[in-house]
Amino acid sequence: MLSFIGHRLLVAIPTILLISVLVFFLQKLLPGDPVLALAGEDRNPEILEYLREKYRLNDPLYLQYFHWIGNALRGDLGISLRTQQPVLTLLAQKLPVTLQLATMALIIAVVIGIPAGILSAYHKGTWIDWLANVVALSGLSVPNFWLGIMMILLVSVKLGWLPASGYQPFSEDPLQSIRTMLMPAFVLGTGLAATLMRHTRSAMLGVLQSDYVRTARAKGLSEKVVVIRHALRNALVPVVTVITLLFGELLAGAVLTEQIFTIPGFGKLVVDAVFNRDYAVVQGIVLCTAIAFVLMNILSDALYRVLNPKMSDR
Amino acid sequence: MSALTDIPAAKAEALPPKQSRVWAKLRRNVSAMVGGSIVLTFVIIALLAPVLPMPGPAETDWGAVRKAPSAAHWLGTDEIGRDILSRMIWGAQASLLAGVVSVAIAVAVGVPLGVLAGYCRGWTDAIISRFTEALLAAPFLILAIALAAFLGPSLTNAMIAIGLSAVPIFIRLARAQTMQVVTEDYVEGAHAVGLSHPAIIGRYVLPNIVPPLLVQATLTIAAAIIAEASLSFLGLGQQPPSPSWGSMLNTAKAFLEQAPWMAMWPGIAIFLVVLGFNLLGDGLRDALDPRDH
Repeated sequence: MLSFIGHRLLVAIPTILLISVLVFFLQKLLPGDPVLALAGEDRNPEILEYLREKYRLNDPLYLQYFHWIGNALRGDLGISLRTQQPVLTLLAQKLPVTLQLATMALIIAVVIGIPAGILSAYHKGTWIDWLANVVALSGLSVPNFWLGIMMILLVSVKLGWLPASGYQPFSEDPLQSIRTMLMPAFVLGTGLAATLMRHTRSAMLGVLQSDYVRTARAKGLSEKVVVIRHALRNALVPVVTVITLLFGELLAGAVLTEQIFTIPGFGKLVVDAVFNRDYAVVQGIVLCTAIAFVLMNILSDALYRVLNPKMSDR
Repeated sequence: MSALTDIPAAKAEALPPKQSRVWAKLRRNVSAMVGGSIVLTFVIIALLAPVLPMPGPAETDWGAVRKAPSAAHWLGTDEIGRDILSRMIWGAQASLLAGVVSVAIAVAVGVPLGVLAGYCRGWTDAIISRFTEALLAAPFLILAIALAAFLGPSLTNAMIAIGLSAVPIFIRLARAQTMQVVTEDYVEGAHAVGLSHPAIIGRYVLPNIVPPLLVQATLTIAAAIIAEASLSFLGLGQQPPSPSWGSMLNTAKAFLEQAPWMAMWPGIAIFLVVLGFNLLGDGLRDALDPRDH
């Protein structure tokens, strides 16, 4: 297993380097001069020149890239032009917020998606299957930012049950933190629940028709034991790997969800950085997201091998 | 002997051509037909927008600001008295156009690269595959936001950004399908009789990889419509006063208590059209699945 992970990490290096090149040069093509944005009202040419020198913006592009990637490898992703804080510090501040949102969304998605998938597969062709499929497809088709707006309208404005926006750190007041995050997490989790439901259904259908499930039934085991102990255990193998791959979807979904519920997380940082032409922050975010995504892919493959004995022999 | 030789011919006559078999299967699929009808309805409405008897999408009526749905304004009016139904219908043009054009860009760039990688293998494949992996590593929407910001906010640029973000999906699919097709006997036969590479690709590879690409394109249109609405919602897509469902939702957010209808209709429209494409895509996948023939 270690050699498998080592091999996959080696293969990932050129991909990550290519991502860094794409991220760096894409940002350099952005219209507008970041130094002008940084200097604000003060357009003194000497100050502008000083800032260009300070941020090495006068260097040739390839030197700027080597300087940037060299620093990035040492954990220095640069300074935010807007807030003057190190990008890594900003990421470290915002990431826990988004991780809390993503974790709660994932829990909601698993709690809804997996049982719905099992029920749908077990009752294939019945109204339960049809209903689960319609709900799942609706979950996939509904834009989560609209769902967020509708939930604010219903749950916050009309019923007054949950706050419409804001954030409370978990470490300060866990209960209030969960209360404020519940609605955003539900909104983010809906689409994922639909994806999980479809994967679980498909995996369960395959497993329920397999020989060992037929044998388990022939042995006279109860349906509950057959479905949960024999079928579900095997059907969950691909589902668990899919969950790790949902990471990218979670982050992308968080961008809009955080915007609607005014949550000061990673997604809001991306949008603010894009609108403020904060090159260093956008570069840092896209690079970190991409590296994390590559690592999650490797984790997904490794998990698949661990959970599926047939694969670990290879 | 003649009886034996007649059997395959008779069988061939009895079997309908592949296209009509797929169409017959699609027609039997209620969900796909519902999806297709929804899409068709929206397409017709969008095309008829210029001739429908209703106020222009940017026409303001200061005497009817934020009015609830009524006989005069079926879906109500917005914060500056514009007719929401009219803006919705014109917005349908923007959304459908964004979906179709983005996917056309993704197919036009992605399929040739994918076929090239799958057909040539070796270094070509290695370079294209690494490039694809790098692009796939950035989440679709984050990549689209970054590209839209780089290109500048407009509907055209949003379509280009979404299209380019979807390119790796088509490269990967076209590559995998091509790799499968080139191992078939008929392709090896074509090589043996000395057919050129472009001829083999044009005559044997492309026609055989179309079905899965068609399914993927239909499903990607749904994702592209949501992505365009998301970009417009963030202010990176269609610019005011031109209507778009996403930008209408962005404005509506500020008037949730006073005029909830402003937020309701654009969302329902996005949901319906995306659901339509998803149902159609799922139906096409089932109809084109060779295992079921």
